[in-house]
Amino acid sequence: MRLKRLGELCKRREGLEIRFILIQNRAGKTRLAKWYMQFDDDEKQKLIEEVHAVVTVRDAKHTNFVEFRNFKIIYRRYAGLYFCICVDVNDNNLAYLEAIHNFVEVLNEYFHNVCELDLVFNFYKVYTVVDEMFLAGEIRETSQTKVLKQLLMLQSLE
Amino acid sequence: MRSCGLSVCLFHRGDGCNGLCKSKEAEIKRINKELANIRSKFKGDKALDGYSKKKYVCKLLFIFLLGHDIDFGHMEAVNLLSSNRYTEKQIGYLFISVLVNSNSELIRLINNAIKNDLASRNPTFMGLALHCIASVGSREMAEAFAGEIPKVLVAGDTMDSVKQSAALCLLRLYRTSPDLVPMGDWTSRVVHLLNDQHLGVVTAATSLITTLAQKNPEEFKTSVSLAVSRLSRIVTSASTDLQDYTYYFVPAPWLSVKLLRLLQCYPPPEDPAVRGRLTECLETILNKAQEPPKSKKVQHSNAKNAVLFEAISLIIHHDSEPNLLVRACNQLGQFLQHRETNLRYLALESMCTLASSEFSHEAVKTHIETVINALKTERDVSVRQRAVDLLYAMCDRSNAPQIVAEMLSYLETADYSIREEIVLKVAILAEKYAVDYTWYVDTILNLIRIAGDYVSEEVWYRVIQIVINRDDVQGYAAKTVFEALQAPACHENLVKVGGYILGEFGNLIAGDPRSSPLIQFNLLHSKFHLCSVPTRALLLSTYIKFVNLFPEVKPTIQDVLRSDSQLRNADVELQQRAVEYLRLSTVASTDILATVLEEMPPFPERESSILAKLKKKKGPSTVTDLEDTKRERSVDVNGGPEPAPASTSAMSTPSPSADLLGLGAAPPAPAGPPPSSGGGGLLVDVFSDSASVVAPLAPGSEDNFARFVCKNNGVLFENQLLQIGLKSEFRQNLGRMFIFYGNKTSTQFLNFTPTLICSDDLQPNILGFITKPVDPTVEGGAQVQQVVNIECVSDFTEAPVLNIQFRYGGTFQNVSVQLPITLNKFFQPTEMASQDFFQRWKQLSNPQQEVQNIFKAKHPMDTEVTKAKIIGFGSALLEEVDPNPANFVGAGIIHTKTTQIGCLLRLEPNLQAQMYRLTLRTSKEAVSQRLCELLSAQF
Repeated sequence: MRLKRLGELCKRREGLEIRFILIQNRAGKTRLAKWYMQFDDDEKQKLIEEVHAVVTVRDAKHTNFVEFRNFKIIYRRYAGLYFCICVDVNDNNLAYLEAIHNFVEVLNEYFHNVCELDLVFNFYKVYTVVDEMFLAGEIRETSQTKVLKQLLMLQSLE
Repeated sequence: MRSCGLSVCLFHRGDGCNGLCKSKEAEIKRINKELANIRSKFKGDKALDGYSKKKYVCKLLFIFLLGHDIDFGHMEAVNLLSSNRYTEKQIGYLFISVLVNSNSELIRLINNAIKNDLASRNPTFMGLALHCIASVGSREMAEAFAGEIPKVLVAGDTMDSVKQSAALCLLRLYRTSPDLVPMGDWTSRVVHLLNDQHLGVVTAATSLITTLAQKNPEEFKTSVSLAVSRLSRIVTSASTDLQDYTYYFVPAPWLSVKLLRLLQCYPPPEDPAVRGRLTECLETILNKAQEPPKSKKVQHSNAKNAVLFEAISLIIHHDSEPNLLVRACNQLGQFLQHRETNLRYLALESMCTLASSEFSHEAVKTHIETVINALKTERDVSVRQRAVDLLYAMCDRSNAPQIVAEMLSYLETADYSIREEIVLKVAILAEKYAVDYTWYVDTILNLIRIAGDYVSEEVWYRVIQIVINRDDVQGYAAKTVFEALQAPACHENLVKVGGYILGEFGNLIAGDPRSSPLIQFNLLHSKFHLCSVPTRALLLSTYIKFVNLFPEVKPTIQDVLRSDSQLRNADVELQQRAVEYLRLSTVASTDILATVLEEMPPFPERESSILAKLKKKKGPSTVTDLEDTKRERSVDVNGGPEPAPASTSAMSTPSPSADLLGLGAAPPAPAGPPPSSGGGGLLVDVFSDSASVVAPLAPGSEDNFARFVCKNNGVLFENQLLQIGLKSEFRQNLGRMFIFYGNKTSTQFLNFTPTLICSDDLQPNILGFITKPVDPTVEGGAQVQQVVNIECVSDFTEAPVLNIQFRYGGTFQNVSVQLPITLNKFFQPTEMASQDFFQRWKQLSNPQQEVQNIFKAKHPMDTEVTKAKIIGFGSALLEEVDPNPANFVGAGIIHTKTTQIGCLLRLEPNLQAQMYRLTLRTSKEAVSQRLCELLSAQF
């Protein structure tokens, strides 16, 4: 039932739109989940598990893209972490692949050599970074300088 | 940094990534303790200060994100929204974004807080509020803010970062509730954001404009020239010009991609200046792909190629500049051999769309060897899959034999997940591009040999249809299947195709002593015992056809039919066929046998069910390039020199037709209202023909109608001149009715025209289509046959009426009878246990769902007859369900095109009173009512 609705939604809207962003470690633990579509909790859990299953079996010779239900996952692995973005099948793969890298570079700069635990314990900051760079399923800001400047400004308010 | 203090007070950092406590149990224990603590703080007498409230809400959030349920703290989170401290507000908003549910009281409070923040003129707070709306995006929020946000977006004094957020926030609301976002003067000002100084604002605004332009292209038309000039400025800039927005020496790659996407909402610009400028941009992008890279980093090439692929998408979308299309194709050709798997994959994917453009189709074809090589060597299955797609897309008459051969050989090792799709593609290509149909037959038999399990019914039905419709290939097909069947282990699908084809055309090879009738029969029969019931049933039909084709094997076949394993087979279908065929072979004269078992007439051409299946598998978008397939096919198969008319003198051929016409495989009736014109007109258009007057229903026809409720065959109408017999079969929501018109006189009927009159509603619930007109002359004593295809769209009561007009002697005859198509024909029986039955019975206890009738028995109350009637009615007869063994209960599903309706029935006889009580329960009142009427009349 729900799958069907996903399919319909997918047909109705066209354009660059991210359905969700997931960061998972190799064991399948979620380190960040940002949803840009309404899913109920069970559905989210299922998606998380499915993404983990399709992404972790792939090796370096494979592409960074996997077909996933009616969508596709663009992913990149950094050490033990998989950064995954789910988009429509006709979206621009490389643009998202580099959007992931751009995001990771910002995290790295912001947390000074980011590691998995930074994401765990500073989850509320990670959400802020995500919102600066991606909003409503769209790419919001791509300039690392501008994002970092804004993040430092916000940090000064803490 | 750690102002929430989480890591310090709640968990130890040491034990790393595999969980925050040593074991799951320990974690749960720890968390429950913490939850109890937080709950007591929230409930405590002492009011918490903002800092503590934030700390605990943040802890709750953390616990939630670890995967535990949180059912409190929402109120405290909402309280945080009105704090004046950024950190407190931020945690509050985050909690709402992550954990919001449509709790109406809270939504009001949240909206209030958002409203205050939006009005605060504090860009940080405005940003938080906008991000919250963009994350939640509920209808309530759209109602509250859809009018406000456009103002924020276009106000002159709004900060750039707030503009970015406002644009995307508005986009989110437009997606969830387009009706609530008012279009107005702001739209033109939004378009001008494409000129904004701040590229971040342009990036956000372009997304918004693209989505709005898809729905309102006229209103956002001016965005085209603005987007082109923006794009032009970006692609011609030096790599350092855009500073912050240059990514690994590529100027503003994401913005370029978005602008190119926006342009794909429109056709090529009309203004020659704009068009020229755009062409220049696209050429520049293509040129840059040829330049030496400015960096060896993959980020550089990815960013550059992201723009390149989007530019190619636009070039394909415009499909108007041959020069650009060919350049794009050459560029992709280079990528086909790139060492990056990603690029090879994307090049294959993109070329697939290029293949369907007339300008670049030939250019794509030059890469065939590379693509075939990819099929053989790529390690990633998804890349191989793209290679298959591309081969399919680039296939035409010139390269079909090569491509089909390569796909067949790939099929031997292909991943299981994509085999069925490859089978369908091979089958379609082989048919579409067959010049020599022997090649087609070989290809399909190879398909069955290599991947028999993945060859669906559609595929093997199709090969039989084509063989039957083309007499130039029949002898070859018979010879080939005969040879293929020699293999010690052959797939059951091959047995089916072989059985069918030899049954029709075995005589064409019987002259060769190596394939004499007896050898053919023994070969088929050696497979018989290993096959499933449907295949065996098909083989039995082949055998009876052999009896007609080869009188010399008749005794052998009769022996087989007579054996206990056939005549007493536990399967009713097999047993019935054995009994009937044996009898037929014994009693019928050679002439009758020859008529009954005549070769199948050519199949009417209809939508290829294979294509339909592929479309279903892949979704409509991927098969659009095949639209022409259908047209081409109808020329290939039916437009040949031999559109032989259906034989009109044959009685219904027994069962092979039922195996092959495949009621379940493809709906014979088109979905929309069929065309009413044309010689072979499907739905006979009686209403436009004012000259003909339809006779009132023939007397007595109502009684006849009732007799057909529980059976499908028999005589529908008879007078001194004419007899009308029926034989019908129903499956799901479809049916097929063979109508036999017998001329009882010794004189010709002239101008014999049967017409079918469906309900005069614009959208009738039951549709009937006459597949072919009958010959207008019916000789004295002759019988002619006509086939009516039936489709049940929705539940109905009025059945179509058959009107027959003809001239007999000098007089005009006009007869109308109602065709006995009743709702229960679309029943599918459902077996269920007693418990299930009563559970469902209770679920349907709404008074509208139940219809009951108490009536006097009109026929003797015989249990066996009653059972037979209920089964004939179409429902399952459920034994040992009703506690009273004298009662009968049944269950089934009515299939209509629009829906399926579950039905339960219960019949309680009262012998003393000679009465029945019949109760029907279904989810639809009209259905309960109609079924009750129909069934009551039967007892």
